[in-house]
Amino acid sequence: MTEMASAQRAKRPEFRNINALTDLPSYRLPLAGIVSILHRISGFLMFILMPLIIWMFDTSISSEISYARFTSTFNAGMLGLPGVLWKLVALALIWAYLHHFIAGLRHLWMDTSHESVSKNFGRQSAAFTLIVSIALTLVLGAKLFGLY
Amino acid sequence: MSVNYGSKRIVVGAHYGTRDWLSQRITAVLMAVFTVLLLAQIIFSKGPIGYDQWAGIFSPQWMKVLTFAVIVGMLQHVWVGMRDIWMDYIKPAGLRLALQVFTIIWLIACAGWGIQVLWRL
Repeated sequence: MTEMASAQRAKRPEFRNINALTDLPSYRLPLAGIVSILHRISGFLMFILMPLIIWMFDTSISSEISYARFTSTFNAGMLGLPGVLWKLVALALIWAYLHHFIAGLRHLWMDTSHESVSKNFGRQSAAFTLIVSIALTLVLGAKLFGLY
Repeated sequence: MSVNYGSKRIVVGAHYGTRDWLSQRITAVLMAVFTVLLLAQIIFSKGPIGYDQWAGIFSPQWMKVLTFAVIVGMLQHVWVGMRDIWMDYIKPAGLRLALQVFTIIWLIACAGWGIQVLWRL
């Protein structure tokens, strides 16, 4: 009896409320939603660039010779790519880490406190996350590119 | 036990993802503490940071052990996060499985490299 019922139900049309191509570009996310998707993107970026991160750890720490190779990557370049490009990649990683770190602390806070999951706090803490992570990225980026 | 989803899902018991959720939080705290410790050593070191200062941070045994724990914790943390991403966006089971296998191999290879660097120092 139940199997018959489920067989009849199986042909019902499926409605999905979001289409990635037609809906997402015009979909307005709240600030907390922006922080959330950037948390995911920053985590994915660090996952994909993990070999580069470990390569930087390896060359910067193994010997003075490799340390010199490490610093020259960001000045003279490596693999035919100019140093500026490597600095930009490093800056992307710096942003990813800062955003993931601050948004992660926000997550932990929300996991441990009922007060922090209100709509208002969610918006304020999301704004804080975006402002601080971007501001610190700019400060460290200016340092990386030798502006001060 | 053949059907365990929808209205047929068995809802007694526990641990529907709690273990993954909790391990991701615990490893996050570990990595956050490590980040603060590392930053403190860089900020409070005297003079410009050169090779000696940088390598010196990782030379004590306690720092090696802590960094090792962070690498292992990161393995678990990133696995849960990447598995979430594949489960949310990749629907074909074969492709999802392939990406999950790739994630595991990628992470273990990276962790092995990091640990090798650490104890070669």
